[in-house]
Amino acid sequence: MGIEILGLPLVYYIAMVSKVLVAFVFVLLTVAYATYAERKIIGHMQVRLGPMRVGWHGILQPIADGIKLFFKEEIIPTESTTFSFLIAPLIALIPAFLTFAVIPFGGVIEVAGYKVPLQIASYYDTASGTVIDLNVGVLYILAMASLGVYGIVLAGWASNSKYSLMGGLRASAQMISYELAAGLAIISIFMMTETLSLWKIVELQSGWGGFEWFAFKQPLAFFMFFVCSLAEINRTPFDLPEAETELVSGFCTEYSSMKYAMFFMAEYANMVTVCALSATLFLGGWNGPMAVAFPWLGPIYFIAKVYALMFFCMWIRATVPRYRYDQLMHLGWKVFLPLSLLNIVVTGVIGYFIK
Amino acid sequence: MNPITPILNGLKITLSHLFKKPVTLQYPDERPKVAERFRGLHALKVSHNNAKCVACYLCPTVCPAKCITVEAGEDSKHDKYAAKYEIDMLRCIFCGYCVEACPVDALKMTGEFELANYHRSDFNFTKDRLLEKK
Repeated sequence: MGIEILGLPLVYYIAMVSKVLVAFVFVLLTVAYATYAERKIIGHMQVRLGPMRVGWHGILQPIADGIKLFFKEEIIPTESTTFSFLIAPLIALIPAFLTFAVIPFGGVIEVAGYKVPLQIASYYDTASGTVIDLNVGVLYILAMASLGVYGIVLAGWASNSKYSLMGGLRASAQMISYELAAGLAIISIFMMTETLSLWKIVELQSGWGGFEWFAFKQPLAFFMFFVCSLAEINRTPFDLPEAETELVSGFCTEYSSMKYAMFFMAEYANMVTVCALSATLFLGGWNGPMAVAFPWLGPIYFIAKVYALMFFCMWIRATVPRYRYDQLMHLGWKVFLPLSLLNIVVTGVIGYFIK
Repeated sequence: MNPITPILNGLKITLSHLFKKPVTLQYPDERPKVAERFRGLHALKVSHNNAKCVACYLCPTVCPAKCITVEAGEDSKHDKYAAKYEIDMLRCIFCGYCVEACPVDALKMTGEFELANYHRSDFNFTKDRLLEKK
């Protein structure tokens, strides 16, 4: 075409918009059917069936849930601070989707003569023949994870209710403690790759047979990152802030209909994001057999890895009982934080001797 | 105490459960099979076109929930029979003491447990509803 906006051809912007649409729709559908899959999987693990009535074997259950929540009455407590009350679910939900801007879910595909890498915030530089993406990708991800905490804190405070306040306080304390351990766990990855760009991290794991995956080179970091991220998104066994038996509904007690649905979606969207991150940083992202030869295989491998990790999350939810709050804090500060620091030291020492 | 091994054992157990056949019955398409001596709805046994009950008042006496109402009467052959025999299913606790107490084996309990109804009066089972169906 020849039209250049800000120095990049028009096809770059068209490609970016379509990538955003595809990723957004994919995450939304995954979130909706993750709720259904969770109920079915946990049901079968408890030797019972999950939803069976709505559609064939309950497959229309998420749609029925969505319609029900949509038609519920909106109750906003008069004593609450309305603006913060209304904004809190958005702040909890949006960073989960924003993180997908830097996750590569495929290799480089060729569309109408232009090469387009399957990562939203990147483009193929024809001059140098490489893919240029956000070179502080992992820092961006950590920042988005921290933003999610604000939503929960705001929800707890703005509701002006004792249950919500305690739930919000506990949730934010838990999220901050485990974010620390998770962030330190991935530092050992940067020490190995010497780059923060997610595209290069995936590229460095493209050895034959999957033996180059960082899950094998840094098993402790993988384990800790995954578990600490589970704790950060308030997922069982660390879901005390939203446990129904403990605090009515924790920080989202005063929320109804769509806003409650948004918190609910935020938990599952965060789960998808965390699994996608773990797949990218530790399981080789979109790498797999013949992923470079057939570019459409890349996203399929990525999705398979993300879904496998999500199944693992649901498996853990069906198995492990909830941690009490003091046990949770003990784990976060006295077990995972020293372990992650130890991991960094050991990686540094081994790296020094290998070089 | 090793904190990891119990979690791993638990994960193995739940995974094995994933491949077991679920025990759920899809009511109302699949109904549960009741045992032979299941204590469900009562039935008055019949012999020679009459209920066997002789209105001896043993079953209302033993009933813990006081749900049976009996009134004796004299039939055409000058025998004692139950002119009015009512069981209030809302009070009945389905213990089976009345069946054990009956000296003439006139009462039994069937396997019917689907007794839901719309009006309170529908739960007062009179003699004609309690006669066993042949």
